Amino acid sequence: MLYREAGQFKTSYAADQAVFPILQDRLALALVLVVAFFAVPLLSTDYLLTSILIPFLILSLAAIGLNILVGYCGQISLGTGGLMAVGAYAAYNFAIRVPGLDLLVCFVLAGLTAAAVGMFFGVPSLRIKGFYLAVATLAAQFFLDWSFSRIRWFTNYTPSGSLAAPPLEILGFRITTPSGRYLLTLAIVVVMAALAKNLTRGRIGRSWMAIRDMDIAAEIIGIRPLQAKLSAFAVSSFFVGVAGALWAFVHLGSWEPAAFDINRSFSLLFMVIIGGLGSILGCFLGAGFILVVPLVLNQLPTAFGIPLSTAMISNLENMIFGSLIIFFLITEPRGLARLWAIAKEKLRLWPFPH
Amino acid sequence: MGFFFEVAIGGLLAGVLYSLVALGFVLIFKASGVFNFAQGAMVLFAALSLVRLAEIMPFALALMLACAIMVGLAFAVERLILRPLVNQEGIILFMATIGLSFFLDGFGQAIWGSDIYILDFGVPKDPIFILESLFEGGILVNEFDIFAAVVAGVLVLVLATFFQKTRIGRALRAVADDHQAAQSIGIPLNQIWIIVWAVAGFVALVAGMVWGSKLGVQFSIALVALKALPVLILGGFTSVPGAIIGGLIIGTGEKLSEVFIGPLVGGGIESWFAYVVALLFLLVRPQGLFGERIIERV
Amino acid sequence: MRFTRTLALAALGAAVGLTGLVGPAAAQNEQFIPALVYRTGPYAPNGAPFANGFVDYINMINERDGGVNGVKLVVEECETGYATDRGVECFDRLKGKGPTGAAFIHPLSTGITFALIEKAPTDKIPVMSVGYGRSEAADGRIFPWVFPLLGTYWSAADILVHHLANTLGGYDKLKGKKITLVFHDSPYGKEPIPILQELAKRHGYVFEALPVTAPGVEQKATWLQIRQGRPDYVFLWGWGVMNSTSIKEAAAVNFPRNRMYGVWWSGAEPDVVPAEAGANGYNSLALHATGTSYGVVRDVLKHLYDKGKGAAKREEVGQVLYNRGLVSVALGIEGIRVAQERFGKKPLTGEQVRWGIENLNLTPERINQMGFEGLLAPLKVSCLDHEGGSRARIQQWDGKGWKFISDWITADDKLLRPFVETAAAKYAQEKSIAARDCSKPG
Repeated sequence: MLYREAGQFKTSYAADQAVFPILQDRLALALVLVVAFFAVPLLSTDYLLTSILIPFLILSLAAIGLNILVGYCGQISLGTGGLMAVGAYAAYNFAIRVPGLDLLVCFVLAGLTAAAVGMFFGVPSLRIKGFYLAVATLAAQFFLDWSFSRIRWFTNYTPSGSLAAPPLEILGFRITTPSGRYLLTLAIVVVMAALAKNLTRGRIGRSWMAIRDMDIAAEIIGIRPLQAKLSAFAVSSFFVGVAGALWAFVHLGSWEPAAFDINRSFSLLFMVIIGGLGSILGCFLGAGFILVVPLVLNQLPTAFGIPLSTAMISNLENMIFGSLIIFFLITEPRGLARLWAIAKEKLRLWPFPH
Repeated sequence: MGFFFEVAIGGLLAGVLYSLVALGFVLIFKASGVFNFAQGAMVLFAALSLVRLAEIMPFALALMLACAIMVGLAFAVERLILRPLVNQEGIILFMATIGLSFFLDGFGQAIWGSDIYILDFGVPKDPIFILESLFEGGILVNEFDIFAAVVAGVLVLVLATFFQKTRIGRALRAVADDHQAAQSIGIPLNQIWIIVWAVAGFVALVAGMVWGSKLGVQFSIALVALKALPVLILGGFTSVPGAIIGGLIIGTGEKLSEVFIGPLVGGGIESWFAYVVALLFLLVRPQGLFGERIIERV
Repeated sequence: MRFTRTLALAALGAAVGLTGLVGPAAAQNEQFIPALVYRTGPYAPNGAPFANGFVDYINMINERDGGVNGVKLVVEECETGYATDRGVECFDRLKGKGPTGAAFIHPLSTGITFALIEKAPTDKIPVMSVGYGRSEAADGRIFPWVFPLLGTYWSAADILVHHLANTLGGYDKLKGKKITLVFHDSPYGKEPIPILQELAKRHGYVFEALPVTAPGVEQKATWLQIRQGRPDYVFLWGWGVMNSTSIKEAAAVNFPRNRMYGVWWSGAEPDVVPAEAGANGYNSLALHATGTSYGVVRDVLKHLYDKGKGAAKREEVGQVLYNRGLVSVALGIEGIRVAQERFGKKPLTGEQVRWGIENLNLTPERINQMGFEGLLAPLKVSCLDHEGGSRARIQQWDGKGWKFISDWITADDKLLRPFVETAAAKYAQEKSIAARDCSKPG
């Protein structure tokens, strides 16, 4: 009833190729954006902004990057944390070594640096695949971790190797408030998510999917695996690198290599799988699930006044979180995005299913 | 020269311990195609169960109970995770085992506690020196490491016999080769999964005992699983001898590189060197040392 | 049907989640103290006793004195699992609680400390990193919100070398000796290196640093290198499982334990007990004494444990990290007390408490009154010096307990201060911060 396509006709090629062909989708998206840009910064508390929304947006961006690689191109990677670190350290070095460079430019350069590094570590994908590749990308993770703690030039010779981000100055404005930082992140994430959505619909995205579905067949119909795989690694790493720079500059403010350790890689992979492989929307849903559910589980007992020790709360958090992952996988192995798609199909008929 | 051998022997003995964890991965991957991320959590859970039960009952009884718990876990995993997810893609099953590892981490600590518990078999931990006539100062080896190596060796022998000689073992190998063919000749897949997870649980218990008596039973032994990953890609995900030999190569390579190359670049290269060795090897042989050659058709 | 149920479940979960984010209202005459702890995960064996000491002291003050001058203290724990992002989240969650917000924050991890140092000036909550954190934060002109009280890692390095010189009979005897540092490969472990290098230059000892990758369960290569290099002394800068593994590996290569010296985070019961007899003779720095024979610890036992209100097991009271938690929070509460004298006996804001901590002056008399006699050395914080003067003793493990083998050793301010000021100035320049003028009254 509410979500009815009837009466929406496509009369031009442009309409046929629209990102969101259905009117309701466009309205919903517009509403979400209006709320996100105007209502949220005005209404939400600092806690919600700094501890939930900003990390949620940044991790969604990183998950989009990883999803391009895993979900669209079928190459499993566990080196995402390391590439986020590349983004963070590159942005730091551009910011302090090139005076007068705007931070936005630094972020883009950081993304490009990560893309180059990601491409290098993507080379083995031409030869190995599946879980072998996944474990092989751990080499990137550990090597990058090591190099950022060992090569002192990257950390500008600080004695401990822990870095503090320079002040956030974008286009001459100095951003200090949580809502300012939130809006900056949101703007970057929205632009890049739109970019990703369009990339995956285009020629290059289709070549990735062909490789994912059957690489030998793709090769036979004329898709060059070298180009397709390495471009997926590069684009994916670009997104991940920008996310890493944002994580360091906007969210943490100060970081050490441990902020981008192997657990970060794993949690991003969880987001992509739980959210839905090969879906941009799924990245947001997955990031929300992996980030917010543990926090909520952690705060529930206190909020309801249930007297549990801190250790027990944390253990319960892990147990319930683990069970929820399994529960969702069993209910819908193709992720939360698929659940959403099913919901939309149901809404077409609702409330008159027959 | 003596020092070189000393490092190499130390590496070999450390490698045996990696093999022990890698074995658990291989068993499950071979029989059910699941990359079991929860292996580390299982090692911790098994060791915690054993050490905490041993506090309130005789050790032998605690050991039997801990085995029973791991078998119970295998049943639960088959019933609650594998059966509903049958025929899903590898990555989904992988994700499910991650959920399992979260659950086990929380569950193990909730019922058994998160302190350090000491597990002592009375194995002397003093160094001994061998070949003192050949090299100045002799070559230092650690009795405990030798003990661990013997345990791992015995375990491998037992598993090899189990796989080669018993009916169940042959059924397991049949399942590993071809699920559908095995099922069509009447091998019950679900039972096989329970058995293989129970065996992996048993391997986890042994690994937990060895690592636990080395480090003390505490959360960190769950992280030891990460050390087994390069062993897997080097040895192949499906090969028991691969896990053993891969472990030895990784252990030795890691220690030699740290001692002889590490100082040139600031040290700490152990963490990634093993992966680079494994990676270079994979570029030559993508299926690992003993992995089966993957033939693909369109 | 099945799908609808899933959706309903998800919706229910979301609704419950939203209500969870809204906390209950706070009572009026209370001072809120957040406690970032880690009672689970790889560092739990070290984190739990610290957390117990921390909350026990607060509860004891409430039980014994009814709070600080009638202002009741309220503590809430938040589990960080030693992860920086969870720590930052905990801080954001707890900073605004209570009628006046958090009084101060103990991050209890080097990574979280570094992250909160960036947030403290905007949130106006003092960061107390007692015996850890950022060494250059001792310069209070550039880091007004940060208090690395009792000692930084730079002080720790200096005190250790000083102790060696004392035992050998003079700094000149260090010439030609070899010292190897085994460190946790993270900012925490790397902090002492510049000082140890500088001292090597001055006193002519040979210095070498060997990193151990976290979590530190595999150290064979490191200790074989030590066996080969035969250093005279080994300094240990580890945390968690790395410490006990180092001590065991030292035993495995026959390196004499009585020539091993740990920093104060490498000298607690969870570090030596798993190594059993192999740990006998191992030394470490101590910021304070251990045991239960001190007025304040006896008060904790009397007012909490005798009534069954303690957070720990009774036999864990008085352990190294338990007492560390006790001492750490006591310094903050003393800061509240000082601030109350100026701002009135009511709940105070973080900004007011910051003034109190900066004007903290623990004279021997005051330490006696607090029941810390013999447990803690005197300390005086000022605008210039946020460390408050660093003193530590050396303790040795004899198989049953820790015994002091040295008197209090004071870190050499003349040596360290230039390091602190240079590093702080560099930070100020990177962040474009102007240094505070300490001659003006704050």
